Amino acid sequence: MSMHELTLRQIASGLANKDFSATELTQSLLARIQTVDPQLNSFITVTEELALSQAKSADERRAAGENGALLGAPIAHKDLFCTQNVLTSCASKILSGFKAPYNATVVEKLASAGTVTLGKLNMDEFAMGSANESSHYGAVKNPWDLTRVPGGSSGGSAAAVAARLIPAATGTDTGGSIRQPAALTNLTGLKPTYGRVSRWGMIAYASSLDQGGPLARNAEDCALLLQAMAGFDPKDSTSVDQPLDDYLAALDKPLAGLRIGLPKEYFGAGLDARIGEKVLAVVEELKKLGATVKEISLPNMQHAIPAYYVIAPAEASSNLSRFDGVRFGYRCENPVNLEDLYKRSRGEGFGAEVKRRIMVGTYALSAGYYDAYYIKAQQIRRLIKNDFVAAFNEVDLIIGPTTPNLAWKLGEKNADPVSAYLEDIYTITANLAGIPGLSMPAGFVDGLPVGVQLLAPYFQEGRLLNVAHQYQQVTDWHTQAPTGF
Amino acid sequence: MALERSDVEKIAHLARLGLTEAEVPQTTDTLNNILGLIDAMQAVDTTGIEPLAHPLEATQRLRADVVTETNQREAYQAIAPAVESGLYLVPKVIE
Repeated sequence: MSMHELTLRQIASGLANKDFSATELTQSLLARIQTVDPQLNSFITVTEELALSQAKSADERRAAGENGALLGAPIAHKDLFCTQNVLTSCASKILSGFKAPYNATVVEKLASAGTVTLGKLNMDEFAMGSANESSHYGAVKNPWDLTRVPGGSSGGSAAAVAARLIPAATGTDTGGSIRQPAALTNLTGLKPTYGRVSRWGMIAYASSLDQGGPLARNAEDCALLLQAMAGFDPKDSTSVDQPLDDYLAALDKPLAGLRIGLPKEYFGAGLDARIGEKVLAVVEELKKLGATVKEISLPNMQHAIPAYYVIAPAEASSNLSRFDGVRFGYRCENPVNLEDLYKRSRGEGFGAEVKRRIMVGTYALSAGYYDAYYIKAQQIRRLIKNDFVAAFNEVDLIIGPTTPNLAWKLGEKNADPVSAYLEDIYTITANLAGIPGLSMPAGFVDGLPVGVQLLAPYFQEGRLLNVAHQYQQVTDWHTQAPTGF
Repeated sequence: MALERSDVEKIAHLARLGLTEAEVPQTTDTLNNILGLIDAMQAVDTTGIEPLAHPLEATQRLRADVVTETNQREAYQAIAPAVESGLYLVPKVIE
């Protein structure tokens, strides 16, 4: 097996057994990124020097007797995690040249666990998108079909892991931005409970919805990464002070007696029937492992998209006001006065989708409209949370499709942004309610990957990883690699 | 109620976003499509429902009132578009 085909778990064994060094592995993957990534455009920055120095240090720590599971493991970060002295662009022109003065907590935690950072990954500008086409650095291609999108907004993370450029990556999920690209590229991706992973140094899109998490080739690798990423952080005022579970230990729990709910609203109009069949096939497999299944209802699901497209833009309009051309990032040429400086720096620095969402948010928060939009959306948010609370009184886990459709053609949905918004119908509710969600590979339709989504009560990331891992012990969809990669 | 061109110009001004002449008509159409999607909310009965601002309904944590951060002025100004003598430079605002 070539080094680029190894999972994080296999890399840990290889390093422990001295089959190869972290430096050799890093050099091999850096060379592969140089050769292969031009087809995909998944990296914005390759941090060769940093990677080689981290690999050297990992080798030294191993030589001194350390043996951490991630010591020497190569990864890359979505380009909205601040990395000290390395371009942190959010895939936006407005952050061109922005070398972050500090590391995000997630970056810091993974670095102390001994991971090797190979670079910063492409994404939708400010994480706004489902196709990774709104990046200032160009669209990312799906390694399963280079004429199709990889999903978004963590599209660079998904494409790079799916194409075996790196074994795992960080991503963020505000409305599905880890789970949807994982589904469209045959990966396992986890959005933790709101507050489980620190948001400090993770450039904000919608602060009450954003959560960082891992994308990898299987649940076990996601568990390894989450263990290192998650945990209380006093620097994030919304971080939750609650002990971490042992996610690796949770993987092996038998599924006997697991109660699964199938929400009838997830199988209605709009779902590609071939994806629905794959979900039901996963359910059959889980039944063989001892799970029981019943139909449930999440009656307010259909209201999630409208509520999300008020709350997320409203928070974005406030968060993105910090990009003003004064303290960091892009500044327009020859501003005639302060207002001109603000307006042209922002007008030239932000792309079309970001401008749209800032304007929707500004409108929704403006005098006279606040109650009709923002308060209304927050009331619907509670109804959606209540639906989940009621459902989890009856079942341990909810299962459904991650996306209504397969990966679409590049450019197909650009003319009508609303049509792309509808692709997030199954993922957005978890962000509004704050519960954890995971997408895992469930087969192929027309040669394109299909993802199945698992949702669990607050802080039950361990249960999600457990069910996905058990499923991955009896199936091999997750081991399939795209042809040519 | 559809947004007019003048509404879009006003929103853009409030958000301090410079739109080019060419961007305004398309932005108006797209914003109206998005608001059409959002308006589906108005059909939902939310009488008596308390708005939810934070998924776990947590309140702001307090910490001891002690200094935890040191001055990073030089590091932060090193990445600014224009600084002089420790100050951020902007166009003249007082004549």
